[in-house]
Amino acid sequence: MKKVEAIVKPHKLDDVKTALTQVGVQGLTVSEVRGFGRQKGHKEQYRGAEYTVDLVPKVKIEIVVADGAVAAVVEAITRAARTGEIGDGKIFVSALEGVTRIRTGEKGEAAV
Amino acid sequence: MKQVARWFAGGDGDPSLQKKRMVRRSLAVWLALVALGWFWLIPAYTSAQDKKPEEAKPASTEAPKPAEAAKPAEQAPAPATRNDPGGVKTGDVTILGEVNVADPGAPPDPKDADYANLKKAYDEKKKAFDEFQEMNKREPLAAKVAAAVGKNRAGINMTWTLITGFLVMFMQAGFAMVETGLCRAKNVSHTMAMNFMIYPLGMIGYYVCGFAFMFGGFGSAPTLGGPPVMDGVWSVGGWNLIGTKGFFLQGEFYDMSVFALFFFQMVFMDTTATIPTGAAAERWKFSAFMLYGLALGTIMYPIYGNWVWGGGWCSQLGSKLGLGHGTVDFAGSSVVHLQGGVIAFWFAKMIGPRVGKYNKDGSVNVIPPHNIAMCVIGTFILAFGWFGFNPGSSLAGTDLRNAASVVNTMLASATGALAATMWIWKVRGNKPDTSMMCNGMLAGMVAITAPCAFVGSFSACIIGLISGILVVEAVFIVERKLKIDDPVGAISVHGVNGLWGVLSVGIFADGSYGDAWNTVPGTVKGILFGDAGQLGAQAIGALACITYMTIASIVVYKVVEVTVGNRVSAEVEVEGLDVPEMGAMGYCGMVMDKASESPVSR
Repeated sequence: MKKVEAIVKPHKLDDVKTALTQVGVQGLTVSEVRGFGRQKGHKEQYRGAEYTVDLVPKVKIEIVVADGAVAAVVEAITRAARTGEIGDGKIFVSALEGVTRIRTGEKGEAAV
Repeated sequence: MKQVARWFAGGDGDPSLQKKRMVRRSLAVWLALVALGWFWLIPAYTSAQDKKPEEAKPASTEAPKPAEAAKPAEQAPAPATRNDPGGVKTGDVTILGEVNVADPGAPPDPKDADYANLKKAYDEKKKAFDEFQEMNKREPLAAKVAAAVGKNRAGINMTWTLITGFLVMFMQAGFAMVETGLCRAKNVSHTMAMNFMIYPLGMIGYYVCGFAFMFGGFGSAPTLGGPPVMDGVWSVGGWNLIGTKGFFLQGEFYDMSVFALFFFQMVFMDTTATIPTGAAAERWKFSAFMLYGLALGTIMYPIYGNWVWGGGWCSQLGSKLGLGHGTVDFAGSSVVHLQGGVIAFWFAKMIGPRVGKYNKDGSVNVIPPHNIAMCVIGTFILAFGWFGFNPGSSLAGTDLRNAASVVNTMLASATGALAATMWIWKVRGNKPDTSMMCNGMLAGMVAITAPCAFVGSFSACIIGLISGILVVEAVFIVERKLKIDDPVGAISVHGVNGLWGVLSVGIFADGSYGDAWNTVPGTVKGILFGDAGQLGAQAIGALACITYMTIASIVVYKVVEVTVGNRVSAEVEVEGLDVPEMGAMGYCGMVMDKASESPVSR
């Protein structure tokens, strides 16, 4: 099993959700985060004092998938979340040690 | 003496208990003094005041002739109640157009320094009174109609005063919104609590002794049909300094015209009181704030208020020194806003900047507001309330000049907002800042507060324009040059523009209103219309305000610092004052983004 973390632009969340359900993903977790990438930030002014806006609001989607489904899921997210502008986001894939369903106690692939 | 001092300092021994003991003992002594005053000194003093006019009359009947002893009812003088607690006698014969046909009372004492003027005034009043009595005998219906007209006039004026006072009270909500919107979400409950609590706190202080200090010697409230019961004042060399009558509104002050005046003045005092809460927000202890609130209503505000509005020395500069009409302040640019701004300046300076506001090299970090919508709504509420603040200060619905006050207020607010927006957008920065727009509108209204009834519409526009530019520049200077952290811009909006407003009376007053203001004949004119003395009087008044309020602010701050301490600890400030000071979060249940609430830096 792998964990796929995708950080996307907030207004792309609905498109990504639709694409994921079409690919067959049955569960995901969404959180609101802030961050920056290579483009860093830009300078703004508030009442004359200058400050840097570098932490930009983003949405993080976490999905746990079987090893075989990773490529399809990553491709679906990339297609849905791409706008071509700077700040589209990134997808991280990591190995997962274990999964448990709390209601039934199932473990492993059956719990995904 | 040493033992008393040691007792106050909390005794010897455990230092952790010492501070607690010291605070408790000082508070206990203070409360004992208040109780002493409440139950003994003040009732004794006010009853002594009431006795005085009655003592003068019986002397004339001490030696009745034997023939007249048979008519005791006609010999005994009428009881000298001049106040009207039921509101039924007012207006019957007290005001009748321009002629006051009230009983002129006792003739003036020939030994009085001002006997010639007093005798002349007394003779005029006696003549009017006698004529009215004559007409009463010949044409009773005309007299009744005249009395009804007088009563209605008093009624219209009192309704006007009360309703506009209600609008000014609503400005408390406006201030609360503006200040809370410009602070951070973690301090919502505390900032709101300060703005809420100042309303009842200042009120009580003003009721106990503030109004007495400020209007004790005001005379009468003529537009409200008021009898001349406000006649207790302490003066030095003919210069009035402080009122001495009317504590707890007892005795002769239990009169409906006095009550209406008290209400109107009290909501103005509350406006002053709520200005410094914005400048010292986000790091001020609630207990320290409450002590300040009491001090302001009782002592700080009323003294200068007496000097300008209560018949005190600033208003006497015209009649005594020929400086125009003395310090003229129609609705309070100096009495309300400059006073509040000076307190805000010193409190913000002494309490120090918020944690993280300034870096070690002196550069400024931005602490963004958490709710601009609150700030804008609050500004509109204030603008609405200002329609009570400015025109209401005529205390007369029958004074048609109120229309000018309203129009001038509107125009100044508009030019103020536009000027501030354009200045910070095109001259100083690259984006029109919403909070600065709001500050600009408020600055315009602060500046027009003193001159609103005395200037023409074009002057009002100019006053607003300059105030919009002033507020932007003042924010920059206060924040960057003086290194004073003012979260809401209170110093720039109220202090700087209060000063500009009170001076602009001496510049732009065009002589179309204000006849007999501060007992000086002729209308109020500024330097552009021929009266340089007016500007001089305005400058003296402004200087007196700044000097007095500086001393008062520093004294009060230091006293509070020694008793409870003003500033919260750094840990409490960084966590947010809501839970440590008020016990519960303002936005409980909402996720607060830590990354957006901490100071944003270069």
